[in-house]
Amino acid sequence: MLSAIDKRLLQEVADLHTIPQGAYNIRKNGQGLSRQTTANIDIVTKIDKPGIDVIVKPGTKGESVHIPVILSDSISDLVYNTFEIGAEADVLVVAGCGIHNTGSSKAQHDGVHEFFVRKNAKMKYVEKHYGEGDGSGARVLNPKTVIEVEEGATVELEMVQIRGVDQTVRDTEVRLHKNARLIVTERLLTNLDQRAESNITVELVGEDATAQIISRSVAQDNSKQIFHLNLRGYAKCRGHIQCDSIIMQNAQVSAIPEIAAFHSDAELVHEAAIGKIASEQLMKLMTLGLTEKEAEETILQGFLK
Amino acid sequence: MLELKSISLTLADEKNEVQILKDIDLKLEAKKTYVMTGPNGGGKSSIAKTIMGIYQPTAGQILLNGEDITSKSISERARLGIGYAFQQPPRYKGLTVTELLSIAAGANDLKQQCDILFDVGLCAQDYLEREINASFSGGELKRIEIASLLARNLKVAVFDEPEAGIDLWSFQKLTETFERVHEKHDTTLVIISHQERILRLADQVIVVSDGQISELTTAEEFLSEIERIDLNCRCRDDCIKGEMANAECN
Repeated sequence: MLSAIDKRLLQEVADLHTIPQGAYNIRKNGQGLSRQTTANIDIVTKIDKPGIDVIVKPGTKGESVHIPVILSDSISDLVYNTFEIGAEADVLVVAGCGIHNTGSSKAQHDGVHEFFVRKNAKMKYVEKHYGEGDGSGARVLNPKTVIEVEEGATVELEMVQIRGVDQTVRDTEVRLHKNARLIVTERLLTNLDQRAESNITVELVGEDATAQIISRSVAQDNSKQIFHLNLRGYAKCRGHIQCDSIIMQNAQVSAIPEIAAFHSDAELVHEAAIGKIASEQLMKLMTLGLTEKEAEETILQGFLK
Repeated sequence: MLELKSISLTLADEKNEVQILKDIDLKLEAKKTYVMTGPNGGGKSSIAKTIMGIYQPTAGQILLNGEDITSKSISERARLGIGYAFQQPPRYKGLTVTELLSIAAGANDLKQQCDILFDVGLCAQDYLEREINASFSGGELKRIEIASLLARNLKVAVFDEPEAGIDLWSFQKLTETFERVHEKHDTTLVIISHQERILRLADQVIVVSDGQISELTTAEEFLSEIERIDLNCRCRDDCIKGEMANAECN
């Protein structure tokens, strides 16, 4: 049974207003809450450790699987989820974790997600993290995502953390084979005294593999962010890192992009920029009638859209 | 009517204070087009930014239809119907053309946005959903900036060198758009420009130099007299002789 808090968390992390259509597995406070499978997508509980195996049959088209996690107690939860995306499939995977912590103890969710995206498959993976609650206990989320992208397959990652997470270390490792394609969009906002670290390593091992990483963040108040974005080309390949941050008040941001080529036909580019909102940007919107605060919100919303 | 009464403006950097505007008096009437011209650094953009509230005058008053708006903020003046198109508009990562025009108009009216983009020589289909980011050329950015003012129902619209970066083909459309605004609306149009075709739109030409209004005239008179107007450095000979430092010039 979902409480009002559960429903709100699910809406925040998985855009779910109700129980989703298609396959899903909802985990609450370290326990499986409800699950549904379909003819093409199976979900099996792991035997040796906490977590699930999600198996998408080859050729499955237009289906989705939601696997949100919600924490409303001050506990530490660790899961290992494995995804098998069959050849020629085209699916949407929506994960994400929402924490509602009203206590004084830490609430923490660590998720290790391992994906095998088989030949010519397409997967869009959306992961949203959200925290709320007026307790003094920290809200901690540490996702680790490891993806093997086989020949001709395409993976699109959308990783979003907008508010309420006090500490996070996000590790993402992707390996791209021949003609495989990766698009990563990371959006992160921290405020107060929050800490966020994002480490993304992409290895382009197959010929004509391509990767594009776009990371946009806003650091407010006394928060700190660190980004390590690493592209490694081992074949004729193309890769591009774009890391942009808006820094406000007393926040700190470190962006450390790295590109490494081990093949003479590897083409790798990185761009990184950190800066405050330009006064001209604020002024322009104010000349259209917005207050300074409304102008700032408009710019930040657009930046993190 | 917008009235500037004895407006002075001094701006300071880390080392110096510089008087930018000196005791400016100006009356701008509704439904009239004013073209402000004069040498670079003379104070034209500073007058425009003072009207918009971007600069606060160090002395004087600004009245809009009799109401003293001198202490009002940029946003407050915008809501009273004053608009300013920047000479060098900013770019935004994430903000699209349609979003900017919706903010400007206070509503998301697709037909209006298409019409306005047509007026500034842009195809709505190609531009509405585009982010106003580094992919825009200077000319495209300038047209979006002009469009953001055309989207508003303004009492006073100030355009700071709108022709800069606009190609010849779109320039004609732009002058027609200004003429249409002049004919259909009660807007006071103030255009900062050095272009003869823009100058010819003026009911009155305002010549600004050395922080002062040096002349108020008609376009015809201004264009016929332009060669006789001496806006050159008046102390060149003294500088050459070493009797006056360049910084003291003017």
